[in-house]
Amino acid sequence: MTIDWSWISGHTDDLTTLTVSHLQAALTAVFFGLLISLPLAVVAHRVRPLRGLLLGLSNILFTIPSIAIFVLLLPISGLTRTTTVIGLTVYTLVVLLRNTVEGLDSVPAKTKEAAKAMGTRPLRTLLTVELPLALPVIMAGVRIATVMSISLVSVATYIGDGGLGQLFTDGFQRNYPTPVIVGVVLTLLLAVVADALLVAIQYVLTPWKRRRA
Amino acid sequence: MIQFDAVHKRFPNGTTAVHDLTLDMPEGGVTVLVGSSGCGKTTTLRMINRMVEPTSGTIRVGGKDVTRQDAAELRRSIGYVIQQSGLFPHRTVLDNIATVPLLLGHGRRKARARAAELLETVGLAADAGKRYPHQLSGGQQQRVGVARALAADPPVLLMDEPFGAVDPVVRTQLQDELLRLQKELNKTIVFVTHDVDEAVRLGDQIAIFRTGGHLVQCATPSELLARPADDFVADFLGAERGLKLLSLKTLAEVPQGPAPEGGAWTLVLDEADKPVHWASQDAEIPVRPLKNEDSLLAALNESVASPTGLIARVDAAGVLTGVSSRDDIHTHAGQAHTEARVAV
Repeated sequence: MTIDWSWISGHTDDLTTLTVSHLQAALTAVFFGLLISLPLAVVAHRVRPLRGLLLGLSNILFTIPSIAIFVLLLPISGLTRTTTVIGLTVYTLVVLLRNTVEGLDSVPAKTKEAAKAMGTRPLRTLLTVELPLALPVIMAGVRIATVMSISLVSVATYIGDGGLGQLFTDGFQRNYPTPVIVGVVLTLLLAVVADALLVAIQYVLTPWKRRRA
Repeated sequence: MIQFDAVHKRFPNGTTAVHDLTLDMPEGGVTVLVGSSGCGKTTTLRMINRMVEPTSGTIRVGGKDVTRQDAAELRRSIGYVIQQSGLFPHRTVLDNIATVPLLLGHGRRKARARAAELLETVGLAADAGKRYPHQLSGGQQQRVGVARALAADPPVLLMDEPFGAVDPVVRTQLQDELLRLQKELNKTIVFVTHDVDEAVRLGDQIAIFRTGGHLVQCATPSELLARPADDFVADFLGAERGLKLLSLKTLAEVPQGPAPEGGAWTLVLDEADKPVHWASQDAEIPVRPLKNEDSLLAALNESVASPTGLIARVDAAGVLTGVSSRDDIHTHAGQAHTEARVAV
């Protein structure tokens, strides 16, 4: 297997477009995943009986094969980016929901009690005490969900989307390895860079976790 | 300032935590609630700021029924110090202290300025303000906890075993600081502890609770030690309660005379006339000079340790004013005791 470097230099514009589209699909999914998980996690954390139900449901969704999800969505949203994003979002839920619930659980009872005793109302306690303290665990979930989504985008090639995944089908159909290799390398790079950025964001957001110099 | 009127608290599981409590906590005084665990002392404290709601009866703070006020607003008007400080781990020390002023809408700059002022009040260095709680020692965290409770200058301070988790040396320091602060601030303080010595040191009045949430006796420390209401109180105060009573009496009235000369032991002074040690031909025993405001208990202790049975008395500057004998101290201690026990 040799790499055809001239193919790469001849397709830089296409590669850039595909990479951006790939990343967009993954990040949009994580964004909506968080948007859905946060309120659900708060409910699961506060209302014990609903906790098992919500976590179980997200587990069941996770076991649906990815292609099946896209196929199931076709009659609703068709061959569009929306289908890709919905499919990916469903998968992020299992990690994001579980980690957010666990993050909220990890906040010491003593700290919540102190907030209440100082006269902080429940919503403010959630926003300024519980969520910040749960952040490290939530961010661990966001990192997994992001990397997972980046690797899953390619599956959406079956419905005509799929970002860098299109390079795989292209390469296989023409029995031409270069696009496949380039696709794999770019996907990996995206995952590594995105993860590093999330680590940096977490560092900035949690100054109390830093070791003192 | 704080009045409990026939207050009852039964938890959903059927246990009675507080039984028919009627108790007055006077303004500007320290009321200590003591008793073994499960006696309802913490529940009593937590009903004042509605962290626990009473089953029946009324609690008034400054004349107003607490259950008729908005719980969050009530809590902002009452300082609360918890065991192991309960600081917010994600906020700097300064922002921790500024919590209540911020909730009251004082604005960040003003709240931080007030917090910086309080750091000094509770004896912390200014640079501690930028640190996070986990970077401080247990004793320092506890000081931050006190500063946080004082931030909005509430008239009432609730303290739930605030010094329970620090070592004895630091605990004594923190108790001293609290007494010093209280002299300046004159808050109405309700203090929960299971430590009798702490109660005797800090309390203007002590309320002793028995399991099942019964208040057994509420009295000043010396009254309690001299005349416990029943065997339960006497047992709880311990076998040395007579000595504890002496810890409340001062040395001021014990007569003193000139230091002896020519005996086997001589009291050696330094060039400023401050006592250094007792010296004989072949030994030196260090001396701990006492001031008028030191307790009779300290005097008794020192006289036992002294080779002559004499204690060195000094003025505020540490200069020798005279000596007192073991007999004089003993006679005085006995009198103090008898007086306390027959007082009306």
